[in-house]
Formats: sequence, C-alpha cells, structure tokens
Amino acid sequence: MNRIMSRWLPAYAFLYIVFLYLPVIFLPIFSVNTSAVPQFPLSGLTTKWYEELPNTPALLDAAWNSLIVGVAAAVLSTILGICAARAITRYRFRGRTAINGLIMAPLVLPEIIVAISLLIVLLQLGFSLSLFTVVLGHILICIPYSMTVLTSGFEGFDRSLEEASADLGESAFGTFRRVTLSMVAPAIISSLLVSFTISLDEFILAFFLAGTDATLPLYIWGQLRFAAKLPGVLALGTLLLVGSFLLVTIAEVIRRRAARRTQNEGGAIV
Amino acid sequence: MSDRPMIEIRNVTRSYGSFKALDDAKLSIREGEFFSLLGPSGCGKTTLLRMIAGFDNPTSGSIFIDGQPMAGIAANRRPTNMVFQSYAIFPHLNVGENVSYGLKRLKLDAGEEKRRVEEALEQVSLTGLGKRGATELSGGQRQRVALARALVMRPKVLLLDEPLSALDKKLREQMQVELRRLQQAVGITFILVTHDQYEALAMSDRIAVMFGGRIAQVDKPQEIYQRPATRQVADFLGGMNFVKADVVAVNGETITLETLGFGRITTAKPAGFSGNGASTTLGIRPERLRVMWDDEKAKHEIAGKVIERHYFGEITQLVVNVDGLEKPLSVTETNDFGADDIPVGAPIRLGYDPDALVAMAD
Repeated sequence: MNRIMSRWLPAYAFLYIVFLYLPVIFLPIFSVNTSAVPQFPLSGLTTKWYEELPNTPALLDAAWNSLIVGVAAAVLSTILGICAARAITRYRFRGRTAINGLIMAPLVLPEIIVAISLLIVLLQLGFSLSLFTVVLGHILICIPYSMTVLTSGFEGFDRSLEEASADLGESAFGTFRRVTLSMVAPAIISSLLVSFTISLDEFILAFFLAGTDATLPLYIWGQLRFAAKLPGVLALGTLLLVGSFLLVTIAEVIRRRAARRTQNEGGAIV
Repeated sequence: MSDRPMIEIRNVTRSYGSFKALDDAKLSIREGEFFSLLGPSGCGKTTLLRMIAGFDNPTSGSIFIDGQPMAGIAANRRPTNMVFQSYAIFPHLNVGENVSYGLKRLKLDAGEEKRRVEEALEQVSLTGLGKRGATELSGGQRQRVALARALVMRPKVLLLDEPLSALDKKLREQMQVELRRLQQAVGITFILVTHDQYEALAMSDRIAVMFGGRIAQVDKPQEIYQRPATRQVADFLGGMNFVKADVVAVNGETITLETLGFGRITTAKPAGFSGNGASTTLGIRPERLRVMWDDEKAKHEIAGKVIERHYFGEITQLVVNVDGLEKPLSVTETNDFGADDIPVGAPIRLGYDPDALVAMAD
C-alpha cells in the first residue's frame, strides 16, 4: 500500500498542479502572440499588445478607478480590522466567538447573494451607485482577510509590554503608538497589501454596485465581447496576475517576519 | 536606610467578587529598604505589587508612596518602576532604545540622555551592548536590560516581580548577590515578590510572609526563620519539627509550656496567641538538634532511636523516633563528624538549646 502510494503520489501532485496552473500559463503565452486568435502554434512573438495598453483611455480610467477603490477599501478595512482584531485577541467578552464568526462569514457566503442584497439595501437607503458603493462592498469582503492577518499580529503579544510602557511613564496613546502599533506594523502593511489585492481583482460586487465608472475587472469583462480585443485583455490580465502575485508574496513575507518576532505562527492566508 | 516610611499600605483589600485576593493588608516599607513579599502562588503578593505599581486598584483601603496618596494616580504617573517576571523587553527596539524608552518623555538633551543610558548599562554590567538587538539576548542579559530600563528612571521605589524565577540555579544565585549589591549602591527602596524562601532570606532587610491574601508575619530574615509566628510560616521557610505542647502559664510576654519530649519550657509568647488556648505548638529547626557523640554531654538532651537516614552530600538528615512524641524528629547534621555513618536502628542522644524552641500560634 505504502509502495503504491509513494509511486503515485508524485504523479497525482504533478497532474493537480498542471490542472491548476496550466490555464494561467496560457495567459502570458497568448499575450505575446502576433495573432489575435489564441491558438497554437503561435504565429510570432510581439509586445505590441502591451504597447497598446497605455494608449487606451478607457483602460486608464478603469485602472485609476481600481486604484482609488483598492486604496480606500484597503485602508478602511485595515482600520476596522485593527479595532476588531485587538478586541478579539485582547479581551474576553460575551459573544466573542460569535462576533468573530460573523466577521469572517463573508469569506464563505455566496458572493452573488451578498452583492444583490447590498444592491437592494443601498438603493433602499437612497445611495446612487458609484465607486463609493463599490468601496463599501469591498470593505465587507476584505475585512475577513485583514482580520486573519491582523489577528496573527496581535496574538502572542505580551500584555506586559504595554504595562512596561505605562510603567516607564508613557500615556495610553503613546503606548499604543510606540509599542502596540510599532509591533504590529508588519501585520498592518500585510493587511493593506492583501486587501488591496482582493479589491483589485474583485468582479461580482463591483459588477452590481458600480455605476458608470468601471473598475479593471469590469473593463476586462466589457472587452471580452470583442474578439479583436482579446490579446489586449490577455496582456492586461498578465500584468494583473504578476502584480497580484507580487503584492501577496510581499504581504506574506512581512507577515511571517512579524510572526517570528512575536513567536506566533498561524493565520496564514497564502 | 532611613526610618522614613516610603510606602504605606493602609487596610488594603482587593476582592474579585466574593474572593479576596488581598485581605486587609497593613504594611509600612522604609526608604532605602530591600523588602520582600514572600508566599506561595495565589497568596496575594503579586496583587499587592501590582497595586503599588498602579496596574490594579484596591477595592478598599489606600496606598501612600512617599507620603502621597496614590488613589486615582495611573501607573505612568507613579514614582515606581517595575522589573516584570517576563522582563517585557520591547522586541522591536535594541538594548539602548529599551533603556532610553522612558527617558524620551522627559525631553532631556541628547548628551544627558546618552550619559544616563550608559550609566544604567554600566550599573548592570552591560556596558557596550547598547546596539545589541533585544531578541539576541540571553535570559540573564534580558533581566539586566529590564533592570537598567527601570533604574535609569531613578524611581523612588523599584518593584521586582519574581525577577529570578526564569533563570537557572547558578545564575539565580549570582543575580541574588548582584541585586543586593546594586540596591545598596543606588539606595532605592526595592520591593521583591518571590515564592523562593532562600531568595527572600538572602536578599532582604525585611520580609512579609503571606498566605491566602493575608500577611502572616513581617520581620527581619533571622527573626522570620528563627521565630516564625505561625505554624504556616515555619513550614514555608524550611524544615521544622512540630511538637504539641500544653499551656501551663502565661506571664505577660512569656509563656510556659509542658511537652512530653522536651519537658517544661518557658519561651516568648507568639504574636498570634489568643491567651486562653489549652494547647499550642512548639517548634525546633532540624539543624538546631545536635547529635551527641559517645561521652559528649549537653545541658539539655533528648534520647531516641534512628529510624531513617538520608544523605544529601554536605549534610545528612536523620529521622529519630522519640518515646512520647506523636511524630519522629528530623535532625540535620553536617557530615564532617561522620553523621552519614550512623546506622539506622542505633540509639541516639540529641542536644539542644532551649532558646531554639519556639512557640507558635496554630
């Protein structure tokens, strides 16, 4: 049994990885193809699809919108996440587990249901759809990620460090700034990067909640109707893929370094 | 050390619901004194220390530091500094930054701040390690950084919460000597919380022994050890033979007792003795009973038979059965006269000084 396992396990793992990542690899491959039709054999290599990207005003608008939404969602969800993570790691109160569960729930809720519900509620409240409503939706789905990263930053934080600071004459605010924030700074940066990445790639909520201003995923969705635009989309997709991968990698490196400092492992999301 | 009180604890009680972590504590600690709060875990010693530091507040009663009432004064505005049990070294700062942490708020000029940090590092023998990262330190070094960080603030009172408990035995004994020397050099009032009786005895000017939220006895180390006020105190500070004694007479400060093994003894009346009890407890430390060899004679002797012998290197413990005593006596004797060769079952005579017998409240 063990021998069979040891022979087939590597094969299984290989197939699994191929299935998972092969389609992703096609993206950059076809984005440098001279032909607009994504098909082998490649007709030739070119960077023209990339060169066209900066000359597309609608794309630049969408990128700018995504940047605004991403930064706003990242900052707000991280601020809310700091408050929640500190409360949940520091204090023992009634309903603590339930509240933690409710905050994390958007991770597993069907996103389309959340999007429709939010749309109905926001319209009922008299909001007109705009980038602002997209930000609200993105905060909702970013907070679970922020919480995961920040909780691991706050956990294992020796409370006597804050007492030592107070004992040495520092005020409550000074202690928060000089000890607490300084020590969880890596987790905060990590939370900002992860939230930004989530917001940047998010489609369904943006689709329902955006007004006339498109974010990048919405722009891509719109372009897919035109076969001739496909290589441009592939090029853009490749850039997004690389960017997201880099951001999440940086976030995880920072988070691990911080975790090592407070002797705490856990809360990894990638 | 002066006679001026630096800390006064007036009827301080700390309750958590119906549980009293500290029950009506009264204590006066002098300026420049090395004072220990000694007791088993849960006796309220740490609770009391944390209330002096300002991390916790009394349910009733009041605390005075240098004549000032501390009610409503937060930890960051008290003239105390603390060495934490975990040391609480800031891991994101280096040694120098840890030590200068509290000075930053004082807005000293750069030269003065640097001078004080270096002086503090020198006091704890860490000269030249200012740039070392906090996570690269050994346990002993972390403790020294915690000390320097507190001393650099020049507090009126330094509070030490079990500072040596995380160190190994050798280092602990070395630090006991160093801490005592440091306290005498700086002349600041030190308050040490410990559950280690030898640590308290070796370092302190005075000790308060605590049990179950109450202060059982406050006195100098020799007095606490030789004249424990209660059975509990005697038991907590090393071995003690307890003998049941009938009260014959009470005369002012003295008490006359009758025991089966030691006969009639007149000794100091224990502080907690109510005065009308028919019986009390008499105690004698195992090392105050001496083995009488061959024709050696003592003025006061008690005879018995060795029933057990335990070898501990520099000393031997003998367990001696004495007719009339409900429990056998424990005797410790240094091995330079061959106490480790006394056979089990041998008859033995033990000499003692009646002054070594101490009456205790139960």
